[in-house]
Amino acid sequence: MFHIITPGILSLLQDAGRYGQHAIGLTTGGPMDPLAFKWANRLLNNDTNATVIETTVGGLKLKANTDTVIAVTGAKVMLTINGDEKPQWQTLEIKNGDVIELAYATQGSRIYLSVAGGFQVPQQFESSSTVLREGIGGLNGSALTAGDELAVEKNKNVSMKKLPGECIPEYEADVTLRVIPGYQQHEFSRHDQRMFFYHEYEVSDLCDRMGYRLSGPAVNCQIDGILSEGIALGAIQIPKDGQPIILMNDRQTIGGYPKIGSVLSMDLAKLSQLTQGCKVKFEPITLDHAHNLLVLAQHKFENTQLEPLELQGEKS
Amino acid sequence: MQILVASENSLIVYFGENVSQTISDEILHVSTFLTAHVGHTLIDLVPSYASILVIFNPLKTDHLHVRKIIKEAFQEIHNRNQDVANVYDGKTVELPVYYGEDAGPDLKLLADNAGISTQQVIDIHTSQDYRVYAIGFAPGFAYLGEVDERIAAPRLPTPRKKVPKGAVAIADRQTAVYPSQSPGGWNLIGLCPTDMFNPESQSIMPVSVGDKVRFVPIEQKQFLELGGQLPQGEVI
Repeated sequence: MFHIITPGILSLLQDAGRYGQHAIGLTTGGPMDPLAFKWANRLLNNDTNATVIETTVGGLKLKANTDTVIAVTGAKVMLTINGDEKPQWQTLEIKNGDVIELAYATQGSRIYLSVAGGFQVPQQFESSSTVLREGIGGLNGSALTAGDELAVEKNKNVSMKKLPGECIPEYEADVTLRVIPGYQQHEFSRHDQRMFFYHEYEVSDLCDRMGYRLSGPAVNCQIDGILSEGIALGAIQIPKDGQPIILMNDRQTIGGYPKIGSVLSMDLAKLSQLTQGCKVKFEPITLDHAHNLLVLAQHKFENTQLEPLELQGEKS
Repeated sequence: MQILVASENSLIVYFGENVSQTISDEILHVSTFLTAHVGHTLIDLVPSYASILVIFNPLKTDHLHVRKIIKEAFQEIHNRNQDVANVYDGKTVELPVYYGEDAGPDLKLLADNAGISTQQVIDIHTSQDYRVYAIGFAPGFAYLGEVDERIAAPRLPTPRKKVPKGAVAIADRQTAVYPSQSPGGWNLIGLCPTDMFNPESQSIMPVSVGDKVRFVPIEQKQFLELGGQLPQGEVI
């Protein structure tokens, strides 16, 4: 059992996401930074769909009531166990009674805390992912709150390892988002398309798990609205005011605003690590290119070997 | 038919530019075909008024193959002589509605706009079957069409912060029942006691895309007996 002492800004239980449920209007949810999520589980030899805690910005404090192993990935943050600073991106042994605390992120904003075997949470619609807007997943569809108890598996045998340093992502404040042009792309004039792809946009204060609203030069669409249609992950909606909104994991499943294309999922992960005031640029890529990038990224993940940690006795 | 790129792992298939029963039938047919033939390589499908978003797993397939299968689905429709509507005739679901100015604060407005009585608005709303064209926006939110032009009305200029669960509403020529309390800009004309989305129940939703809905007027007493709850405080 893990006991939540303070949940921080926003802590949500997430597995890989809820799929195949759009027919009843349910969105996908799941980790905003899937790569950091995948490493958090892989370090512990967990199932790829195991449930972790996604903490936004930080402030999470929890107490372990069992011996186990954890890992913390994602945004750079000071992590302590009983007050002693510990590294991210590696396995960490936990003893019954240990207090784990995350300070506030200094680079990036989404932090993932995984436990050996995953947090044991009942599934709703085949997933434990919490979507607050729907009140589905997690513990009763809610964010974690002080006093929550999270069940974990006992006596999980996990070998101690770490991710090689060169594989740890850097969370930069300015990113280029690769875009697959599509949807109503041709309803935007050449001039407006160039404007969109050649200017810098800033992350506004209106950004959450549903969408990231950007501010910058207005992009005008030649049509006002469209018949409501399915919204893909990463779709870039352009409402009347011309300020792009990038639709993220908790987006609504259908909508009637024109869209100029969609951001590559690997880059959405980077976007999700940005905070208000960060800068983004867009770069168009072809669908074939996107496909290659996705397949290669998966091969890279699968073929990266974790490094064994030196034994405790050999330390110091 | 037009197939466009939507994202790194999805294509959007457009069937036409208008809302029609024929298009809706084709959408159901193509969805069923895709699920049967390449379901294991698909992540999800989002059928809507005149399109389907086809989301595939790029580690199991690619856009070239998905495009080919979509075209095959169309070929199959056109090779058939029988009316696809006969094959995909959905069920008809009756939804009880308590109409009244205490249940539907915009009922009077709609009546005044049309120059008819509120009773006539109710009669028009309950006089036809509506088709479920799409489900989305929120879990269990079914877009029903098409509403008689006399009682069609644009969305409110400023959406309400709190629309009560079960609110029966009209926007343009669409009508819907709000499955749970949420913000919303549609015109409210009544309350429905039937759960439109219940994750705990065996049948999560009473309707699916392609079904028909008929609204049946009930009195406040019946509404309460059926488990309906009048909204607390004023709906503003």
